[in-house]
Parts: sequence; structure tokens; C-alpha cells
Amino acid sequence: MIGRIATIAHNTFREAVRDRVLYNLIVFALLIVGASILFGQISLEINRIVLINLGLTAISLFGIVIAVLIGIGLVSKEIEKRTLYTVLAARPVHRWEFLAGKFLGLVMTLVVNALLMSIGFFAAVAYVSKGLHPADLQLAVAIYFILLQFVLITALALLFSTFSTPVFSSIFAFAIFAVGTFAEDLRGFASMAQGVTSWLMTGAAYLVPNFAALNVISQVAHDEAVDPRLILLNTLYVTVYAGAVLTASVWIFGRRNLK
Amino acid sequence: MASFFAHREVRGIWSYLHGYESGPLCLGYNFQHEHMAAIEIQELEKYYQTGFFRNQRKLGLKSLTLTVEEGEVFGYLGPNGAGKTTTIKLLLGLVFPDGGTARILGRPLGDIEVKREIGFLPEQPYFYDHLTALELLQYYARLSGIGGRDVRQRSERALARVGMSEYARLQLRKFSKGMLQRVGIAQAIVHDPRLVILDEPMSGLDPIGRREVRDLIQELNEEGKTIFFSTHILSDAETLCDRVAVVDRGELKGVGVVADLLRDMSGDVEIAWRGPQAIAALSALGARCHATGEVVRARLPERLQDAALEALRERQCRLISVTPVRATLEDFFLQHVSAEAKAEVQA
Repeated sequence: MIGRIATIAHNTFREAVRDRVLYNLIVFALLIVGASILFGQISLEINRIVLINLGLTAISLFGIVIAVLIGIGLVSKEIEKRTLYTVLAARPVHRWEFLAGKFLGLVMTLVVNALLMSIGFFAAVAYVSKGLHPADLQLAVAIYFILLQFVLITALALLFSTFSTPVFSSIFAFAIFAVGTFAEDLRGFASMAQGVTSWLMTGAAYLVPNFAALNVISQVAHDEAVDPRLILLNTLYVTVYAGAVLTASVWIFGRRNLK
Repeated sequence: MASFFAHREVRGIWSYLHGYESGPLCLGYNFQHEHMAAIEIQELEKYYQTGFFRNQRKLGLKSLTLTVEEGEVFGYLGPNGAGKTTTIKLLLGLVFPDGGTARILGRPLGDIEVKREIGFLPEQPYFYDHLTALELLQYYARLSGIGGRDVRQRSERALARVGMSEYARLQLRKFSKGMLQRVGIAQAIVHDPRLVILDEPMSGLDPIGRREVRDLIQELNEEGKTIFFSTHILSDAETLCDRVAVVDRGELKGVGVVADLLRDMSGDVEIAWRGPQAIAALSALGARCHATGEVVRARLPERLQDAALEALRERQCRLISVTPVRATLEDFFLQHVSAEAKAEVQA
């Protein structure tokens, strides 16, 4: 079972690499180097804040875009091109194993991509701050939260991919990411509303993935410490949420006729 | 080639003696299951939901009952849209039945473990084109549970078998349709399955490619593998198959040993003679006459042969030859399928 999932994950990763997905690293590198040189002219304090904001936001957005654009085709593209027929029809592979392999393969791609970007990012921070300091460990926490965002958005894109077309899947995934980014505000509005509206808004606010809680970029840019309990809570939240989304994907895909 | 025909003959006799199963046009006796069937299908049904609201039902397969014995080459024939691919997808768990059951190599539908013993070539195969042929084969070998050094060895052997060793390290995106078909066959046999299911294996191949695939199917069968293949190219089925089934519009129209199916067909004879004076008489008997100079040829049902010869004698025509015209699978097919399908085959 693990061998089959690992084989599918490895193939998904290899496909992304060979389709030149990692070329985004070049754009990221140019962005970071350009920003470091440009903001090097400004005072040290502001320079560092802007660089951290820009660098972490770029790592997050590049990853989200890749997660959605590849994620929405993880299953639908395989059905359209009929590449999954030879996997599911005549190999001892369960449909859930196929989904798990595709999911892990894309997450692996995103993690490798983000880690390579992080190396460049830390190098740029070290350059503008004249070296790295123990407080910069908070930046690693922010990157960890970004990776958790990738896990969530990949699970959602995979879910949509099991029943919808790539165009609709990408609309759904980006929309959910946008709404999830304002999940905290949505909860605030819900608490101010009354009656049925309050119930509906509260339900919607807790149903959408809380991407806001996974965004501590501004906080770490201002050298504010992240509460260790938040690391644990966010890890648990993403594990449970992504687990539920993947379970729904397995349920839908397991019943689907592959025409 | 001679040994192949001998082999087919032996299989044909064997299957006739054991009396294969049942179907609308089943021939032979009721078969007592002394051997395990490779595929046993019982009243398998499939309907597809169509329309904007998915509220209309379209027949995919109607109550199909069929048995394929281990070790035989079984042809599954029908025009496009007849239900051939639906049957294969039902057997392999890609779509779910609305009724009926099936067993593959003694195991029920949905048993994932039996897939270690199945090889499958889909119609017009498309593979991960970022991989090389060797990488693709290794991928499938690993998924089939093969490990260690065997992965590479078996992959290389399968590629060699379909004549693709030379292109093992070329990415599949650079492959032609025919080359992809060969790689498709290689992936179907890389794990040495007992049952090989091929969906339109000859489609897209040139005559040489078709011949090679036919030879490969024979070789695999001689190794003891069961081959179940769908096709709408009837000459391939006639050459290769121990038995065939014909489906049209989701319904089984006939199943049996090819020779037996054709034996039931009313045979024709072709009579050639000199002298145009008998044309009208033979045409009146229902013969299709064609004159080339003084020589006239007429094709008519065998039962009318004596009457036709009598008519020639009465008119003092000089008889040249009387030749039985062997019925082909195409004749059987045309007699049992719908008008649309006939038009397609004749086109």
C-alpha cells in the first residue's frame, strides 16, 4: 500500500518537475534579489520589514497558484487523458491510494519549491540584516504556516478535481482561498448579525478554511513572536480539515463512473 | 503459420466438445465447469444517465451473460458504440454495474488483488508523456507489486518483446500513435498477467503493425495466457479467435466458435459458365449474375445449386466451375447487427 502510494506520489512530483513548474523559482530569485538591492537604499528597519513581507507573500502566492493550477487537474486531467485507466483498471491500486499518491506528490512538489525559495529568502534577509539572528526563527514558523496553507489548498483543489472541470475547479479553489483569507472578518460579521443571518454566517465562517489564522507574515515582519500554542492549533486544524476534505474526495471519487 | 492454424483447430475442437455456454445463438452443449473460467459474466447491465438534469437513461449494456475460458483467445466484436468498452470497463471496475455480477479468474468484481493477474490495453492509449518508455514500464511494474531488480529487467523484456528497446529512453511525447500502441501492449504484459484484456488493439496501426500485434497475441496465448480483445475489425477476429461474441447496441447477438457460427450461416456457391442465354433463368432463381465477355458468374444460395445447374443444362450452357463461397465473420456480423452498424462496416 505505502509502496503504491509512494510510486504515484513520485510520479506526480516528477511530472511537475519535468513540466518546468519549478521555473517559478527563477522569477522568485529575481524578485528577491531586486528587492534586496532596491530596498538596500532605505533605512535598515524598513528595508527588513518590506523584504520579509514581500518574500513571504511571494512564497505563499507562488505556492498557492501552483497548488491550484496543478491540483485542479490531478484527477480530471487523468480522466480526460485516460492515463488513470491503466493504473486503476489493471493494477492492484485502490482509488483512495491513487488520490493519496496524487495529493502527496503535489504537496511534495510545493514543499520542495517553498524550501528552495526559503533558502533564497533567508539569504536575502541575512544580506539586509547583516546576518541571521535567533529571532529570525519566527520566519521559519511563518514558512511552516505557509506550507500548511499549501496542504489545505491542495486538498481542496483535489476535491474539486474529483467531480468538476478544471475551469470550475480553479474558480472554486481561488474563491475559497479568497474567502478563507478573510475568515476572521467573516466570524466578526457573524457575531454582529442577529437571528437566522447570524446562524448562517457563523456556519459559513466556520465551514470555509481559516487561511487568516495561517498568515502571520505581518506579525513576524515586525519581529512579534508567534504563540507556540498557535503552531499546535494550526497543525491540528489543518490535519483535521484536510483529512475531512480528502475523505470527501475519496467518497466522491470512489463512486464515480470513469467513462 | 501452419502451427498456428493447427493450434486454433485444436482449441476449436476442444471448445466444441466441451460445449461452450449460452447466449442467444449459443452452439454446442451445456458446459460443466471443470475448469476455472477466466471471465464469467451473469446478466451484467449498465445504463448511463444523460441529459442536462441527468434524468434520461441510455442503455450501455443489456443483461450480458458470457463466459471466457482460461487459455482461449476470445474476440468481442461490435460496431462503435455497441457496448464493448462499457463491458471492459465494468469488468475492470472503472464503471459500476446497475445489475448482474461477474467474476474474473474466480474473483468477484471489485476484488483489487485479482488485478495483479490482469493486463489491460485501453482503446487509443495515452500515457504520461513526461516519462520515457522505460520509466513508464517501471512505474507500472512497481504498481503491480514487482520490486527490486525485477522492475528493470521485466520492463526491458516487455519493451524488447514489442520491438521498442531502441526507444526505451525516449520520452513518450515524441512517440507516434503506433509506437504508443506498442508501449501500451508492453505495459499490459510487463507483470506477466494470466488474463490480457485488449480494447481495439489494432486500431491506429498500419498493416505491418497489425500483423505484429496479431503475432504477439498468438504468442501470448501459446504461453497459456487468456486473451480477451474487442475489435470492430472482423478479419482480425476471424484469424485469431477461438471464439467470438457479437454485441450491438448493448445487446449480445451471438457467441460461439467462429467455425460453428459460420456453419449456421446459409452458404453460397458461385457458378461460372459460358453462354449468356441462362442469365435470365438464374436471375429468376435469385442469383446475382455478372457477365465478362462470354463468361458469366452467378452467386446464389447453396440450396438452389441443383436448380441452377439444371437450368444451365436445359439451355446447353458450358459449365466452367461450381465453387462454394465460404461465409465470413463479416457475413455473420451483417446478418445480426443493426442497419447503422452494417453501414459502418460496409463503409
